[in-house]
Amino acid sequence: MKSEIELVEQIEAYLNGKLSDTEKLAFEKLRADNPEIDLKVVNHQNFVSQITEYGLRKKLLTDMDEAHELLDITSIKAEVFPTSYKIRSIFKKYRLNTAVAASVAIITVFSTLFFTDYFSKTITNNYKALRRDINNIKLSQSRLIKGINDLPVQGPVNPGRFGGTGFALSANGYVVTNYHVIKDADSVYVQNAEGESYKVKQIYVDPAYDIAVLQIVDPEFKSLASLPYTFKKTGSDLGEDVYTIGFPRDDQVFNRGYLSSLTGFGGDTVAYQVDISVNPGNSGGPLMDTKGNVIGIINAKQTQTEGAAFAVKSNYIIQSIGSIPQDSLEAKLILNKKNTLIGLSRTDQYKKVKDYIFMVKVY
Amino acid sequence: MGYNIKKQVLIVSKEIKSSVPADSEMIFGILNDSKDTLNRLYKSYYPMVLQLVLTNNGNEDDAKDIFQESVIVLYNKVKSGGFELNSKLKTFLYSVCRRLWLKRLNQKSRNVTTDLKDFEEFQAVEHDLDYHQEKDAQFKQMEIALIKLGEPCKTIIEDYYIQNRSMQDISEKFGYTNADNAKTQKYKCLQRLKKLFFQV
Repeated sequence: MKSEIELVEQIEAYLNGKLSDTEKLAFEKLRADNPEIDLKVVNHQNFVSQITEYGLRKKLLTDMDEAHELLDITSIKAEVFPTSYKIRSIFKKYRLNTAVAASVAIITVFSTLFFTDYFSKTITNNYKALRRDINNIKLSQSRLIKGINDLPVQGPVNPGRFGGTGFALSANGYVVTNYHVIKDADSVYVQNAEGESYKVKQIYVDPAYDIAVLQIVDPEFKSLASLPYTFKKTGSDLGEDVYTIGFPRDDQVFNRGYLSSLTGFGGDTVAYQVDISVNPGNSGGPLMDTKGNVIGIINAKQTQTEGAAFAVKSNYIIQSIGSIPQDSLEAKLILNKKNTLIGLSRTDQYKKVKDYIFMVKVY
Repeated sequence: MGYNIKKQVLIVSKEIKSSVPADSEMIFGILNDSKDTLNRLYKSYYPMVLQLVLTNNGNEDDAKDIFQESVIVLYNKVKSGGFELNSKLKTFLYSVCRRLWLKRLNQKSRNVTTDLKDFEEFQAVEHDLDYHQEKDAQFKQMEIALIKLGEPCKTIIEDYYIQNRSMQDISEKFGYTNADNAKTQKYKCLQRLKKLFFQV
């Protein structure tokens, strides 16, 4: 401890040049011989210089404060910003006028924009863009129900509210159509190609698959000849030629097309997409392939897309029929298994089929 | 009317005219810690810094701080012999102030501004400011260490190392019976200061 103090004293004396020549030589020799002492000298010198630098800066700071005090800040400011006060006073003087002018300008701009429908335009533009999505969803599957009211009334025929198409499931008077055709109906009639109407009753509906099974209960009705077509249980192939017969008008209309996709609207696996021109009134019509098999039942089309109609697959018809408890039926519902259309030309096929296609009239 | 406005704008940014002392004279004064030089430095160059800071969203206190810092930078540079006379003293001070103020503006607000309304030409001073930052940190470290050291050690150290007073004076001032006691005390104080300084 004692020697440490003496060493520091010696180092300081050495650094300040207060040692005599002989002492200095002796110390320099000690420093050269002993690296530990040499390190101490360097460290001490550095640290002391830190302290002195601190002191100098402290002094500079106080000096600067004094120098700053000597300055006349107001006059400097006046020199640096000679007209700032003038501008400010001008602003003060005309502040009210400026405010009024600005408000008038703002009101004018907004009222002009308002009266020129600028705002409503932009809003509707936005709204349209938004609505298109909704429209897509809402309108794309517009049902192919025909509004019979729109048609000119012919003679004494009592026009129904809505109309669609249906076709015979069996010779003893079972008819299938779309659920949406007969939905909310008070009473339903079917009318054949000859124009004879029969009253039907609902046997079974399946809203999920959009299928409804009707039975002709009219006493006038005599059993049909055995069905010429069969119902295909398996899926059909893409690109297959298909046709449909329906009642978009009061007469039967034949349309043909091809199977364009194995799924329906939005990837719905229940339906096929068919490139065929169908119109309101075609709903419930049979979709037939060239061999005379019913492969589906037309139920909708997409409005925003060209040539995209949809048909519920025939195996869902079979499935629906299967889920009808047979005991509850007055007459047995047996699907035809013998196809008599194979190999016939299209016109001959139509001739055989036309009596089994009905217009469904809904009241 | 348009003419009047134009004229006012012109006046606002007019050049500041003041007597500028010769740079070499000033540097000589700085090296000798002349108080007169410092006063003249303030008188000649403070207005331009005040103008810079006030026009760029600052107040008088900001201007004072910024100028002080720039003077410290200048002193460090001059005393370390790094100031070359080929760069003008005025430009150097303005550049340092500009840089410091830009930095402070960016610290205040989050959006980074790189543009100031300038009144003078300026040069790159990043290197000098880096050095200054290092020195500044040491200064603050020493300040904290001395405060922590407390009395009477603080005064003994300051008297001996900064005021260069003799051990004799100090032992009398603090009433030590002899100079040896004062020496022991000073030694202890220095050791503690070292410890505190390197701790911070």
